[in-house]
Amino acid sequence: MSALLGVLVTSTRPTLPDVGVFAVAAAIVLAGAIGVVVARNPVHSALMLVMTLFGVAVLFVLQQANFLAAVQVIVYAGAIVVLFLFVIMFLGVDREEDVAKEPLRGQRPLAVALVLLGTTGLLLLGQVSKWTTGQPRAAGPDTGAPNVNLIGKSLYTTYLFPFEATSALLIIAVVGAVVLARRPPAATSSGAVAEADADPGETGPDPVAAVDGEPPVATGVADDRATAATAEGAAGVAGGSPPPAGAEEREVDA
Amino acid sequence: MLHVTYLIILLPLVGFAVLVAAGRRLGDPAAGVVATVAVGASFLVSIGVYLDLLTVDAPVRSYSQNLWTWIPVDRLQVHAALYVDPLSMTMVLFITGISFLIHLYSIGYMKGDKDFPKFFLYMNLFVASMLILVLGSNLLITFVGWEGVGTCSYWLVSFWFTRDSAASAGKKAFVYNRIGDVGFLLAIFLVYDKVHSLDYQVIFHRIPEIGPANVTAICLLLLVGVMGKSAQIPLFPWLADAMEGPTPVSALIHAATMVTAGVYLLCRVSPLLHASPDAALTVAIVGAATAFVAATIACAQQDIKKVLAYSTVSQLGYMFLAIGCGAYTAAIFLMVAHAFFKGLLFLGAGSVIHGLHDEQDLKRMGNLRAYLPITFITFGIGWLCIAAVPPLSGFWAKGDVLDNAWAAHPALWVVGIVTAALTAYYMSRLTGLAFFGSDRWAGSHGDTPEPDPAHAHHADGAVSEPHESPWIMTVPLWILAFFAAIAGVMAIPDSQFSLARWLDPVFASTLYHDNLSSTALWTLAIVDAVVAIVFVVIGLRLWSQRADRPALEGAFLRGAWYINELYDAVFGRPSERLAAFCADVVDPRVIDGAVNGVAGAFRGSGTVLRRTQTGYVRNYVLGITFGTVIVLGFMLTRMWWGG
Amino acid sequence: MSINPAWYLSLSVVLFAIGALGVLVRRNVLIMFMCVELMLNASNLAFVTFARTLHDIGGQVLVFFVLVVAAAEVVVGLGIVVAIFRRRASANADDLHLMKG
Repeated sequence: MSALLGVLVTSTRPTLPDVGVFAVAAAIVLAGAIGVVVARNPVHSALMLVMTLFGVAVLFVLQQANFLAAVQVIVYAGAIVVLFLFVIMFLGVDREEDVAKEPLRGQRPLAVALVLLGTTGLLLLGQVSKWTTGQPRAAGPDTGAPNVNLIGKSLYTTYLFPFEATSALLIIAVVGAVVLARRPPAATSSGAVAEADADPGETGPDPVAAVDGEPPVATGVADDRATAATAEGAAGVAGGSPPPAGAEEREVDA
Repeated sequence: MLHVTYLIILLPLVGFAVLVAAGRRLGDPAAGVVATVAVGASFLVSIGVYLDLLTVDAPVRSYSQNLWTWIPVDRLQVHAALYVDPLSMTMVLFITGISFLIHLYSIGYMKGDKDFPKFFLYMNLFVASMLILVLGSNLLITFVGWEGVGTCSYWLVSFWFTRDSAASAGKKAFVYNRIGDVGFLLAIFLVYDKVHSLDYQVIFHRIPEIGPANVTAICLLLLVGVMGKSAQIPLFPWLADAMEGPTPVSALIHAATMVTAGVYLLCRVSPLLHASPDAALTVAIVGAATAFVAATIACAQQDIKKVLAYSTVSQLGYMFLAIGCGAYTAAIFLMVAHAFFKGLLFLGAGSVIHGLHDEQDLKRMGNLRAYLPITFITFGIGWLCIAAVPPLSGFWAKGDVLDNAWAAHPALWVVGIVTAALTAYYMSRLTGLAFFGSDRWAGSHGDTPEPDPAHAHHADGAVSEPHESPWIMTVPLWILAFFAAIAGVMAIPDSQFSLARWLDPVFASTLYHDNLSSTALWTLAIVDAVVAIVFVVIGLRLWSQRADRPALEGAFLRGAWYINELYDAVFGRPSERLAAFCADVVDPRVIDGAVNGVAGAFRGSGTVLRRTQTGYVRNYVLGITFGTVIVLGFMLTRMWWGG
Repeated sequence: MSINPAWYLSLSVVLFAIGALGVLVRRNVLIMFMCVELMLNASNLAFVTFARTLHDIGGQVLVFFVLVVAAAEVVVGLGIVVAIFRRRASANADDLHLMKG
């Protein structure tokens, strides 16, 4: 690849400022990345992530992808990481996790080994491969006009369909997120409980059910697992009741 | 009338169908009447067909009727077709006629049996099958009838299947038949291979193409089939055991009809036998040997029906001897005469058994001529016929066979005449023990080998006087006795009754023309007569007063040359051991082991592979990474060593 | 233009590897998510590099799309995390092993 790129790149020797900027940005990126992986506190991780994103934005600018750098900072660092932080703070998961302990047997050594192997492989691939198709300018030149103009033109002509599809995707994502994250109304009707909880098969202490002090009327029609879970939780609280016993049995060993 | 030949077969089948549907409702005796009427109607139709056939010119006296095409497959075209010629008409006439009489007799004999309708159902089906056999115009139709009679024989022999011995006897009969059938089937295959047609006329035309070696092979294979069906050596033991069936069954199937199917078959393929002298000689030798062996066994039997069974085997041997010597007409003559007098003898024996409330042991009979006069007279006629005492039919028929044997293979004539002597002797022994002497039955009671339900109320011990059978049983006896006596007229050459002239269109080209001088013929006839009379007298003298002569009843003969024991040791035990081996070792360990092993292997591999499904997402990501690394490795190797 | 693109690509590879390692090693769901973002960034970097070397704006457009999709993915993913968390008050990926076969 270096040989191929050597042909394509009409390069002069790199200038010192360029190299310097690259080195610093690279250092920032890697430091941030390692920080994300290593930090115990999720908030620290998020902040390290921001650092990485900035570094990458710098690298974009270095490669004349100015618009992208701006978008990267605004969207990634400005929105996505903020969203992360919101969730972290909101759910109260800023407790520290013990990184040193690894409950899954063999996970860490294998992970390190495989990742190292993969990296070496990819780097080697870079050396020997001819994986570029050599079809420059499928979409258009990348210089000759401001970056924004070029990207814009491309978006609205060659890549119009993906553009429209992506906008639809965004709407779907928003709707999905709203549905997923909707807190169920604190009601006593088992129907609402069944509706709101979109993931099935979960047992375990249900904080909502614990609020529900009155044991639901468990009839033979109650084949909804959420209902059964609720009955189980309530029965556990109330001290057991015979009618839902059958449903409980089925639920407990799921 | 010829064009309704199919009715001959159809009428008994209709009877069968009616009895299947409504037999139980019809009951005793209506079911029997239905069956008898069906067979009687068939007999009348066959007379009509016979008369119609006479109008056809003698040299080409035959009629074919193609009912429908059964197997239209490329090179094999088999039609459901009937072929009427003098040979098949002879068979049809005496089959339907004797069947009618036996059906009539059975209405009386089987009275009171709880399965009365079922009996007649099977009998009608049997008659229909036998008619298919003899009227078929190709080997395959004949084979259909062949199998049909075998199956009906199985059903009828094991009619009282709640008795173990009867059930076993039925199976034995069927299995021996099947062994023979393998030969028949192989013959069919060979014929098809060489001629590509199974039609008799086509085969006979193409004999030159088949080649002598193949013709011999075909004939020998057919002989194997015949050995099974007609109880020749080595497949004869089933016939004696088949006496477990009701006596009318023995009379019809094992004397007059089914066992003669083999004779018919070999006569039908007479052109083939004519083309293969080796096969013909084999047939003759087999026939002669069987006749002799069976006759010796009959000399020492105690059961009245067993004597008659071995006698049948012996007489069949004579018929095959005749066929092997090229004397087809003689064979047919003996077959017809034998059907009459053996049928008569069996029905008479049935009458005796019936009269003595199910006693079959000769040693416990005696002096029955005083109590069963009609039976005695008719049985006596049958006895003299089979002993070949002139001027009854047996004398002429057996004489014909022996004359031809003398002309063709004198050594076999010797065997034949010795057997004739033995025949006269053992039949006289039987008659003497049963009808003469003292009332040996007075002190004991029958062991009920045949559960005769009409006399169930006598089962408690005291034996009352034997009584003559009712008219429905004695009328058939008279009719058969009449025909048995006069059937000799068929021997008169160039007369209206001459069997030879009647069968000439069928056998003309293949008939063996013995060139015996009239001196030779007279000498042989006198020898036959003398031997017959002398041994009849000897038999009567020895056995009419005394019932116990152990010196003359050796264990070897009584045990039928121990052939059953031989087969058991050679085939029976090893088969049982093989079956036990398969059941105990092959089935559980090999077959189940393989199946369970496969299942177990899958289960085991599943158990092992399941360990990758830990449920932890991180493990799964590890798996993805692992896959990616593999793909990378593949790409790298491609880059480096292949590009 | 002046810096050898191979360096950028190598950096991208290393960044990707670190992200992958993070997903494999960390148990906290949110941190795993952030590591996935790292991997996406690595691929963005590679795209931009290729856009430059091949003089094709398509690479940059693709980065644009990747960005958008990553955003949507984060939104939905975090929604799921919230829903799970509400049930079990734990963001530990190891607690979700009900699909154990």
